[in-house]
Amino acid sequence: MTVDVVTEEPGLALPGWVAVCRVGDLSPERGAAALVGGEQLALFRTHTDDVYAVQQLDPFSGAHVMSRGIVGSRGDAPTVASPMYKQVFDLRTGECLDPAGREPQPLRTWATDVRDGVVHVSRHEVAA
Amino acid sequence: MPQGSPTQQLVVIGGGMVARRLIDALRSRDEAGTWEVTLLCEEPRAPYDRVALTSYFTGRHPEDLALGGQDLWDDPLVTLRRGVRADRIDRDARTVTTSGGAVLPYDALVLATGSYAAVPPVPGKDLRGAFVYRTIDDVADLRAFVEKRRGELDRPVRGAVVGGGLLGLEAAGALTALDMESTVVEFAPRLMPLQVDDGGGAALKRLIEALGVRVRTSTATSKIVGDRGAVSRMEFGEGPALDVDVVIFAVGVRPRDELARDCGLEVGERGGVLVDDACATADPAVWAIGEVANIGGRCLGLVAPGYTMAEIVADRLLGGAGTFPGADLSTKLKLLGVDVASFGDAFAQEPGGLEVVISDPVAGVYKKLVMSDDARTLRGGILVGDASAYAALRPMVGRELGGDPAAYLLPEGSGPAPVGDLPDDATVCSCNNVSAGAVRCAVTEGGCTDLGGVKACTRAGTSCGSCLPLVKRLVTTELERSGIEVSNALCEHFELSRAQLFDVVRVQGLTTFSEIIAAHGRGRGCDICKPVIGSILASLGTGHILEGERATLQDTNDHVMANLQKDGSYSVVPRIPGGEITPEGLIVIGEVAKDFGLYTKITGGQRIDLFGARIEQLPQIWKRLVDNGFESGHAYGKSLRTVKSCVGSTWCRYGVQDSVGLAIALELRYRGLRSPHKIKLGVSGCARECAEARGKDVGVIATDNGWNLYVGGNGGFTPRHAQLLAEDLDTETLVRAIDRFLMFYVRTADRLQRTAAWVEDHEGGLESIRSVVIDDSLGIGADLDAAMAGHVDGYEDEWAAALADPEKLRRFGSFVNAPDRADDSFAYVAERGQPRPATPEERTSGVLIAGTTLEVRR
Repeated sequence: MTVDVVTEEPGLALPGWVAVCRVGDLSPERGAAALVGGEQLALFRTHTDDVYAVQQLDPFSGAHVMSRGIVGSRGDAPTVASPMYKQVFDLRTGECLDPAGREPQPLRTWATDVRDGVVHVSRHEVAA
Repeated sequence: MPQGSPTQQLVVIGGGMVARRLIDALRSRDEAGTWEVTLLCEEPRAPYDRVALTSYFTGRHPEDLALGGQDLWDDPLVTLRRGVRADRIDRDARTVTTSGGAVLPYDALVLATGSYAAVPPVPGKDLRGAFVYRTIDDVADLRAFVEKRRGELDRPVRGAVVGGGLLGLEAAGALTALDMESTVVEFAPRLMPLQVDDGGGAALKRLIEALGVRVRTSTATSKIVGDRGAVSRMEFGEGPALDVDVVIFAVGVRPRDELARDCGLEVGERGGVLVDDACATADPAVWAIGEVANIGGRCLGLVAPGYTMAEIVADRLLGGAGTFPGADLSTKLKLLGVDVASFGDAFAQEPGGLEVVISDPVAGVYKKLVMSDDARTLRGGILVGDASAYAALRPMVGRELGGDPAAYLLPEGSGPAPVGDLPDDATVCSCNNVSAGAVRCAVTEGGCTDLGGVKACTRAGTSCGSCLPLVKRLVTTELERSGIEVSNALCEHFELSRAQLFDVVRVQGLTTFSEIIAAHGRGRGCDICKPVIGSILASLGTGHILEGERATLQDTNDHVMANLQKDGSYSVVPRIPGGEITPEGLIVIGEVAKDFGLYTKITGGQRIDLFGARIEQLPQIWKRLVDNGFESGHAYGKSLRTVKSCVGSTWCRYGVQDSVGLAIALELRYRGLRSPHKIKLGVSGCARECAEARGKDVGVIATDNGWNLYVGGNGGFTPRHAQLLAEDLDTETLVRAIDRFLMFYVRTADRLQRTAAWVEDHEGGLESIRSVVIDDSLGIGADLDAAMAGHVDGYEDEWAAALADPEKLRRFGSFVNAPDRADDSFAYVAERGQPRPATPEERTSGVLIAGTTLEVRR
């Protein structure tokens, strides 16, 4: 299925970016799933109101669940832990910080931008 | 040995602890399977823990005395023949004839026939009411007799034990456990004459008399007088006669060497099959181990040297050259709750020894260390009343103690217990012959990171357990040395353990994660500490788990109040208290399952699990359930799960109490109680135990007089039977005891520590927990009661509350920018008429019958 579901905010959507939701739609320190360019992403808002976008697919379990993980920190890195088998990822880079005994696999990430209270996600993922 | 025969036959005669150890050792080392083993076991059961026999009287069942698992007996190369005696050995033909008439050929034969209890030739020894103390059947007969006599007499049943040694005091413990008046009669001038000296014997006598057991030393039993065939009075060489109903003979054991005598093997002067230091008899095909073996001129009545002999024979059978190093006769026991330990040269028989003695009749302790003439090297010792130093001292025998020996004898807690650096070759666990080096190695090379791992890997502490404190200290020290931090810290964000954090949050009245981490932690938390704090706040009754910031602490299961499954869908479990449900209730659940296309399965906890719900369907499903009178089953939480019950006295022909009624009351009382791990309860309406209550954290079993309460059981990876906490309670007392047990657990257990491990790790173990819960030894009973009352009063159904709050319902949207659009990644196939997640192969081959909408069976 490839459907863009975009909260139309005329004048705000920039070329190459998709306006997804208002930042207030995201709860601090929790994730939410979003459909962007037909792909399931997981958006996270930290307690400092930074917003990150990573793939919703949990590479270890094959289920689309990353947005339901617990948000936290490891040292300076904002993190999410997979709700399935508890691998921990750096939200900024998608790097797997704790593979929980498995072969580490990263998450794909997308650039985000919050403008006038609207969360924009880049159409192009950040190159690994 | 015969050539061309792939496997050789080993016959072991006698099914005791030592025989089991032999077979266990042989099977774990004989990887090529060169030996096929047959064990002839005269008793009708597999080898059991004879050392723990007395625990049979404190509520344990015969099965609890089983040694290790069933695996050994399932081994195809091992045949266990229960209830089969060996009648004859033909050494020329190399065969054993059994009581059933079978003739078993052997290539090797091991005699492990043990001992029988000696009965002195006093008149009256065969009267009804005279017993020995050796097997499960002996103790079962004793118990049955006492219970019968109790019904016949309108006064307490009176008992006496002939013999004040180790076994005699064990037997006196059994009489005490049976609520009998008891007297110990010892021929020698002191109790335990083989283990302790006069000073120790005197201390022991005082301690035991303080427990209400009368002691008569230097007394010879001359006659037992009967009345209508049953024991009624004992008469002695001197002193007044004693009216008794039961006499137990515990004057010692004699080796069961008659088979050996009959086939011409040489036996010792006072019995026992003569063997060399390889446990071999004069016949190269015949060995003897355990109490029946006469090794170095004596028979040894302790299990540890028996285990050593078993290991030696296992080694020899596989071509090894192990020899018996001499017996370590050290013992540490808890008799009638009194610690007694004796080790090394306890009687200072070696010349030139110095004795350091502390004798404190007020505190009820007697401690003696025997040192070399320069007061440096430890030779042995005796500890009565407080044997906590035993584990550290025993391995130091023959070594320099370092420092003032008296420091080792000071009461526990009066200073740091000096634990010298144990040499690697010092034996830590004498039951299983594990050295300090082996324990260290399990940490440094075996990768063990905790006590449990080391126990599994080395078997240290898995028999009598007396060395566990020492093993634990060794493991901790070694982990620290290896740079593996042994801290109670919850995670990188909190230095505190869960129990400490619980106290801090409770005492300071903190209610938010931000406050707690600002005051006591660092960073922004993680998937370890956040759910712990969410759980602590919930246990303290701070309101709905999804209220405000608390929602960010919850694991996905608690966050959406359902159980995440492997494909990202959830399962839903409505509460069915006590497993009792009306036909109407069943129909509602059935219709919900049908309308949402859910897979249904009955759980182990007597309720119904509905699988395959998408996140955005959960509120709709729960609206239907709540509208029809159901509430959250908390299957997703670390909290009370279920109270399982049998049907009980309302229907069952055998039930003696209303187990369903109690189960429902308990489930409604503790529902929603957040805890360090899941909690399961069970209630059985009679001793048949159909609710499997002893596999639960809290198990209640009906008796004619009320309820017996068991705690600390679980199934799972390490199954445990719950242990008896209190007997014959009325319902009110029972509920208060459970309240306190659960609340004490909630406050003090580690993260994800179930009650079994909590009880085991708790300082002082079950005894200490019993004193807190039943006797209120810490004076926190009223506080625990109030906390539980607060929980009961504050309960609300989490799902009903969530359905009434649009803000909470928002988090159930599938996508933030398309809350009602179904996730299209689900795929299901039908199996046995119900959906299940498609396998990756099924997904790629495209044989799916249903996608996201789960349109199965419509």
